Amino acid sequence: MYETHYHRASSVDDAAAQFAKGAEAKYLSGGQTLLPVMKQRLAAPSDVIDLAKIPALIGIEVGGDNVTIKAATPHYDVSTNAALQKAIPALAALAGMIGDPAVRYRGTIGGSLANNDPAADYPAAVLALDATVKTNKRSISATDFFKGLFSTALEDGEIITAVTFPIPARAGYAKFRHPASRFALTGVFVAQTKSGEVRVAATGASASGVMRVPAIEQALKANWSASALDSVSVSADGLMADLHGAADYRANLIKVMAQRAVKDAA
Amino acid sequence: MTAISLTVNGKVVSGNVEDRTLLVQFLRDHLNLTGTHVGCDTSQCGACVVHVDGRAVKSCTTLVGQVDGASVTTIEGLSHGDELHPMQAAFRDNHGLQCGYCTPGMIMSAVDIVQRHGGKLDEATVRHELEGNICRCTGYHNIVKSVLDAAGRMSTAQAAE
Amino acid sequence: MGVEGIGASVLRKEDRRFTTGKGRYVDDIKLQGMTHAHFVRSPHGHAKVKGIDSSAALKMPGVVAVLTGQQIVDDKVGNLICGWAVHSKDGTPMKMGAWPAMAPEVVRFVGQAVAVVIAETKNQARDAAEAVEVTYEELPAVTNVKASIATGAPQLHPEAPNNIVYDWALGDEAATNDAFSKAANVVKMDLVNNRLAPNAMEPRAAIAQYDEAEEHFTLYTTSQNPHVARLVLSAFYNIAPENKLRVIAPDVGGGFGSKIFIYPEEMVALWASKKVNRPVKWTGDRTEAFLTDAHGRDHVSHAEMAFDKDNKILGLRVKTHANFGAYMSLFSSSVPTYLYATLLSGQYNIPAIYAEVMGVYTNTSPVDAYRGAGRPEASYLVERMMETAARQLKVDPAELRSKNFIRQFPHQTPVIMAYDIGDFQASLDAAMKSIDYAGFPARKAKAKSEGKLRGIGLSCYIEACGIAPSKAVGSLGAGVGLWESAEIRVNPVGTIEVLTGSHSHGQGHETTFCQLVAERLGVPVSQVSILHGDTDKVQFGMGTYGSRSLAVGGSAIVKALEKVEAKAKKIAAHQLEASESDIVIENGEFKVTGTDKSIALPMVALAAYTAHNLPDGMEPGLKESAFYDPSNFTFPAGTYICEIEVDPGTGKTEFVNFVAADDFGRLINPMIVEGQVHGGLTQGIGQALLEGAVYDSNGQLITASFMDYAMPRADDVPSYKLQHTTTLCPGNPLGVKGCGEAGAIGASAAVINAITDAIGNNHLDMPATPDKVWHAIRAGA
Ligand SMILES: Cc1cc2nc3c(=O)[nH]c(=O)nc-3n(C[C@H](O)[C@H](O)[C@H](O)COP(=O)(O)OP(=O)(O)OC[C@H]3O[C@@H](n4cnc5c(N)ncnc54)[C@H](O)[C@@H]3O)c2cc1C
Ligand code: FES
Ligand code: FES
Repeated sequence: MYETHYHRASSVDDAAAQFAKGAEAKYLSGGQTLLPVMKQRLAAPSDVIDLAKIPALIGIEVGGDNVTIKAATPHYDVSTNAALQKAIPALAALAGMIGDPAVRYRGTIGGSLANNDPAADYPAAVLALDATVKTNKRSISATDFFKGLFSTALEDGEIITAVTFPIPARAGYAKFRHPASRFALTGVFVAQTKSGEVRVAATGASASGVMRVPAIEQALKANWSASALDSVSVSADGLMADLHGAADYRANLIKVMAQRAVKDAA
Repeated sequence: MTAISLTVNGKVVSGNVEDRTLLVQFLRDHLNLTGTHVGCDTSQCGACVVHVDGRAVKSCTTLVGQVDGASVTTIEGLSHGDELHPMQAAFRDNHGLQCGYCTPGMIMSAVDIVQRHGGKLDEATVRHELEGNICRCTGYHNIVKSVLDAAGRMSTAQAAE
Repeated sequence: MGVEGIGASVLRKEDRRFTTGKGRYVDDIKLQGMTHAHFVRSPHGHAKVKGIDSSAALKMPGVVAVLTGQQIVDDKVGNLICGWAVHSKDGTPMKMGAWPAMAPEVVRFVGQAVAVVIAETKNQARDAAEAVEVTYEELPAVTNVKASIATGAPQLHPEAPNNIVYDWALGDEAATNDAFSKAANVVKMDLVNNRLAPNAMEPRAAIAQYDEAEEHFTLYTTSQNPHVARLVLSAFYNIAPENKLRVIAPDVGGGFGSKIFIYPEEMVALWASKKVNRPVKWTGDRTEAFLTDAHGRDHVSHAEMAFDKDNKILGLRVKTHANFGAYMSLFSSSVPTYLYATLLSGQYNIPAIYAEVMGVYTNTSPVDAYRGAGRPEASYLVERMMETAARQLKVDPAELRSKNFIRQFPHQTPVIMAYDIGDFQASLDAAMKSIDYAGFPARKAKAKSEGKLRGIGLSCYIEACGIAPSKAVGSLGAGVGLWESAEIRVNPVGTIEVLTGSHSHGQGHETTFCQLVAERLGVPVSQVSILHGDTDKVQFGMGTYGSRSLAVGGSAIVKALEKVEAKAKKIAAHQLEASESDIVIENGEFKVTGTDKSIALPMVALAAYTAHNLPDGMEPGLKESAFYDPSNFTFPAGTYICEIEVDPGTGKTEFVNFVAADDFGRLINPMIVEGQVHGGLTQGIGQALLEGAVYDSNGQLITASFMDYAMPRADDVPSYKLQHTTTLCPGNPLGVKGCGEAGAIGASAAVINAITDAIGNNHLDMPATPDKVWHAIRAGA
């Protein structure tokens, strides 16, 4: 790792002010992505501004229609939150599938979304549940937030403060782990809103990051069941291909994982 | 350079360190607590796991600045005097280690697993929960046995308290 | 005997220190005034080094020196050697290019060192290494064996035309052709044995210290065999004469072969420590481990097996291309030849075998022994062939094997090996019973009704351990003898030190070797300590690899113990005024049979050292040493059967059951033996399902971290059911055979046999990733 300057921010405004002072500052939340990247010397921030201890950024609020997860809430706390487990069980379960227990203790939803790794889990839930990403400047809809591989609508220095998820009628998430990294080789989040809309998002599969899967959405809207997808075929165009999964294999996984997510949906 | 102060194995320690210092480097190089190991550069192997405020985290993926003021327990701080922690004893009794390199991280993760699941652990859960700890020697068979054995011992110990 | 003697599962003495964080590995050691090394490594698979500009690096904070490949050549540090001379079938010696510790002119694999920065801290060394400017002229690279020997391929070494190191053969070609001409059926197969990264969890490390006053070097290093390291470093690399070089291997975090070899980093650390006149420490990181630790396996083979009309094997023909990487590592030449082709008879009566092996250079990391070394490749080939043959001949795979088992011992195979003893049917039967082989068809049908594909696969492996005898391996080209030494010191108060040339890096020698002493002298293991891993303490030794420590190292201890016992009995008889032949040892007491007269071992030891009252002419002291050179290899063998289920939707394999029935001869500590099997099986399963070191065509290692190289984790593997069948090895005094590699040798064929059975498509190469299995299901449908 290159030498850097570490600052612990006391509030969101303090963090933004520190960021503005740094030559090439970066926010640090759980550090479970940024630190490995810095260790490999692939990033060299002049300053790292720690958001993890800002009280306003920690916590989960479950209301009648919405769930809000503050940005610096670790995956572990999300996965074990009893109110969330009742409101959107699939979201709590997803948080419990990220990485391993040690990663879940530190990694946060804000960091995961800001990073927008094409194989990360949270983006699938955010897109399928049509969540809203709140920042210190504005609210951004899920559709507008994700801009492809490792890029988002966030402006330089903008801080994610929270994510608000509408509570669906039912939702499910199924993940097929990459054999080595254990990220999603393909993960599919299926959701049906209280008004009957169906949204399906796949992660790990596409070369341009998390994506909706219209073919599956249509089939499930007509008939919410795993067997409704038997005859659906997902195109391999634009899907990633690497050592652990060819594009046609990932296309197959999108369908198979969607079926399993529907079966598990609650 | 940053001044830091934290509690390690019950003792307050402080120092002036480069800001880029990782917790594992601080433990090994500054405090000579070499029981915490480094087995990878990508935060995957778990050889470096320690407890920070009671949670098992990867000390190779934590800046020491992030744990300023926190309480850290390493493998050296797990046993009370000569008496091994039930997890340490279970690893020895079940031959849960060979070269010993992954062992400190395994044990620290395993203690955390038992603390979260209590005595309700089964083999499949243990295997799944050990996802972040890689061992090249034991094939995990006896590690799993050790953790299940310790889970029994720890809940008995708790019940006795 | 005794609760701590042979056959007892004594808990390991070493575990208190390991479970409390008190192990002492190389990186844990700090020396006064220590500097840190970071290597500048080639980013290219093949390139000319046109120039190295270290001026900017030298100005960076904390930098002590920047040293280059040219300097190490100028200082006449020797090139790395390959210690086993193999000849091509035309009689010519193998053709090798030079391998300097840092490349002065040409780099031939990504990660090869060209310079080293020595600085006050590790971070400073790494910061400065980035500032060293190396100008390269890229050359075309080749990474695949077959492509490497094709016409027009990039050439790696002028000494080795067409990148061929040797074209070797073993067996009787004419007899084999003859066998095939009489065959009723011939089974043919192409097989790939995937390249693996050893990945001991402790990365390699070295600390070198030069003492100017004594002109003496000390090297702390992650080595499986410190004495061999010293020998090679002094005899071939001109670092220092043996008496001026001490090599210490403290606790070592796993080896699996990869820590046998003497690597450039250790040489450079030693050389640099004298140049900067301060201790130099280098600790590799995982990326460096992936790039520079010797890889394992990497064979491409074509095999044919001839059967008569009764399904008896008539002959086996094998042609293998072995990828050696860019340079010939220390024992590399022997792995695909004498450690591979000699095991191609498997457990079977095969009248004629002919094997050809072509060793080939490519722009990849050097390949050498990795757990099993040659034997897993042989076992995989033979056992995949047997299963495939059974399918083709439409007979039960267990029956086909059974029909062809060797049942008379000793048995001379057509490929050098003379199997001394075994009972292959016993282990097959034990494994089949344990897994309820007979009930499998019903289980398969039930799984099918639940939408799962279930399969069962066998593997009846044999291996040769404890590479020996020295004279024989010498005649085959080995550069060293393969005996072992031991010394037993009974101290004046009766505590005992055992000095062994074997090295423990997880195998539990500190316990097992004590048990040998406990067995013989009746003392508790707590009174015995094992010294190993330090060339200043232990006279000599060949180290630990090839599952040799107990069969060879343990036998040396037994020989030394015999001498100690004989002398101690003489002293006891003298003290007790009895006849030597009446003395027996019970619970640490020397007794006169049939009387109540006795003397405890500490008193005998005290008498030996006070020397006040010893038999006439006896030398004082109680300390004996022995060298043991075995008369033959040992031949552990067994059967592994696994039952798996494939998820047709994802191609993912799950284990239902995995049974292993091994014959390791006598077990000294069953608990430790079983631990070795578990670890070996998991590495074998890792090779079969997950692991593969993959290069792109430019020589970039695509799998250079745990993010891309899939290591087996706890939830990838099952709990194992182990059985032991026993035939005692006649070749050593303990009757032991060695257990360290069996799992890795036998497991992978069982797994692939099971998957191919489940999916009904035999064309499947390792690693059988879900993606590959899913594609194979579709291709087979
Ligand atoms: C071994 C391992 C396995 C993993 N497995 C998975 C997996 O299976 N699935 C998965 O989804 N992820 C996985 N991860 C990634 C993990 O979930 C990370 O925690 C997450 O991606 C980043 O969160 P963080 O809080 O650690 O962010 P950090 O690493 O602290 O930051 C990541 C990036 O986000 C920026 N950032 C952080 N917080 C904010 C904010 N509030 N506003 C604006 N920018 C911000 C940072 O500047 C940085 O660029 C894994 C990580 C590891 C080490
Ligand atoms: S060293 Fe921390 S996870 Fe490997
Ligand atoms: S005991 Fe050696 S890595 Fe686990």
